[in-house]
Amino acid sequence: MGLTTRSVAEIYAARLQRGMAARWREWGELAIQALLFFAAMVSVFTTLGIVAVLVVEAIPFFQQVSLVEFLTDPQWTPLFAQKHFGILPLVAGTFLTSAVALALAIPVGLLSAIYLSEYAPARVRAILKPALEVLAGIPTVVYGYFALLFVTPLLKRIIPDLETFNALSAGLTMGVMIIPLISSLSEDALYAVPSSLREAAYALGATRLEVALRVVLPAALSGIVASFILAASRAIGETMIVAIAAGQRPILTLDPRKAIETMTAYIVQVSLGDTPHGTLEFRTIFAVGLVLFLFTLVLNLLAMRIIERYREVYR
Amino acid sequence: MERRRRRELLGRIFEGIALAAILFGLLVLFLLLLDVARRGLGVLSWSFFTSYPSRFPEQAGIRSALLGTLWVMALTALFSVPLGVAAAIYLEEYAPRNRVTRLIELNINNLAGVPSIIYGLLGLELFVRGMRLERSILAGALTLSLLILPILITASREALRAVPMGLREAAFALGATRWQVIRHQVLPVAFPGILTGMILALSRAIGETAPLITIGALTFVAFDPKSPFDKFTVLPIQIFNWVSRPQAGFHARAAGAILVLLAVLLAMNSLAIYLRNRLQRRHQW
Repeated sequence: MGLTTRSVAEIYAARLQRGMAARWREWGELAIQALLFFAAMVSVFTTLGIVAVLVVEAIPFFQQVSLVEFLTDPQWTPLFAQKHFGILPLVAGTFLTSAVALALAIPVGLLSAIYLSEYAPARVRAILKPALEVLAGIPTVVYGYFALLFVTPLLKRIIPDLETFNALSAGLTMGVMIIPLISSLSEDALYAVPSSLREAAYALGATRLEVALRVVLPAALSGIVASFILAASRAIGETMIVAIAAGQRPILTLDPRKAIETMTAYIVQVSLGDTPHGTLEFRTIFAVGLVLFLFTLVLNLLAMRIIERYREVYR
Repeated sequence: MERRRRRELLGRIFEGIALAAILFGLLVLFLLLLDVARRGLGVLSWSFFTSYPSRFPEQAGIRSALLGTLWVMALTALFSVPLGVAAAIYLEEYAPRNRVTRLIELNINNLAGVPSIIYGLLGLELFVRGMRLERSILAGALTLSLLILPILITASREALRAVPMGLREAAFALGATRWQVIRHQVLPVAFPGILTGMILALSRAIGETAPLITIGALTFVAFDPKSPFDKFTVLPIQIFNWVSRPQAGFHARAAGAILVLLAVLLAMNSLAIYLRNRLQRRHQW
């Protein structure tokens, strides 16, 4: 009705306006898409930034310290008068605490996962699973407190020659922190095993244990292994527990009763100190950071690879 | 029959061991909370919240640390949430299946596994020195924003993915543009999920210590931070500082500060669960 009373000029003007509006909208749409794309690219820039920062600061370091010395010298004393730049003690310290952590977290985490996936009634599972995951939500500095002020005094009663700062307490506490990581990822893998596999085994007369260990576990193995690798990566990069409870003494030892220093704890130590930026001593934290980054990168990529391959099997 | 019974018995024993394993984790959690409460409940008083740190344990409080945590969290949310949600929208609603998308996804997955202290090294060079922000709240918040971005993106993507395809298709059929569909249909429905993810990501950031130490956050702050360019400390660093001292008085202060931190975390997580349950009820298919 409105149309008939409008003049031809008005109709054309309206059409033109609509066309303009549509074009503006198209431009707007494109601009929004570009903005969103840029936001997604921030993650790529972050990775590039990390690599750039570590490499740019590590290059001048390696101009003064040879790679051979860095990788083979058994002493790490960059902050002393007699300087040695061998990263082995820090790597050994990191390896030691991580090994202790995994020695606890792998069996406990995997058993927890098997219980949750294969044994627990639905109602029990609904309580136990989130309760266990609370462990993963507790800040690491709180675990550090617990390792130093609770676990170490407790262990000292059993192991009298345990040092106040030691790899054992830090490692065990770290292990508790990692339990939910292993249990929830492993449980996902166990849960994803088709129930027809279980039913077939039951039909052949297998007991629940036999089904769990001989049928479900092997079928979920790749996912479980991936969870172990991610746990190892997490343990290597963990900082506050070892900075508080494991000590600041970079020595080449595999004795968990002793005070040691991890790569991460060393970075914290230098950050808290008054070493001036731009000096060789300060650059050590970037060289150590680079090694740490490479370790975790390799483990993460490995885990991702395994998870991806395992997905294909069940599709 | 005898053998069958033995196999059944073995199964029972194993079930017991597996249950013991899961209870072990919970037992440690219980002991941890018990120890913190035993040591820390006594120091909780009004003056603990209003006092600055001090050389004397009886007088030391968490005022500056608490304010620092509030400042850092507010700014971290401000930076990371828009960025994370935008990245998630791109990846879920726009991204073509090509190499660039694969690269972005690979990066996000890998960044989630990079140790937090490495982010501290990045923040030190990029924000503290490169952008000359010094050891400011702003530098800390930017560092933590990058740290929690992968968590935020992953959680937001899940929330977006849960929105039924039919809703988008109906809006498209009515002539809506892609952004109109997202803005008016997808985002409102995905909002509770995104909000939950946001709170959980921030609760990760609130407990972070190592990256902030690396960028040079102070361990002793006896003033109120007043602007994003002020120096600062946060609760976890204050806890670290007190734990590292030999006096039992400071250990009690550390336990008290842990109680405050855990209470904040508990409140945030409860809020996340509450919001999810409440807001999700509005949209049901």
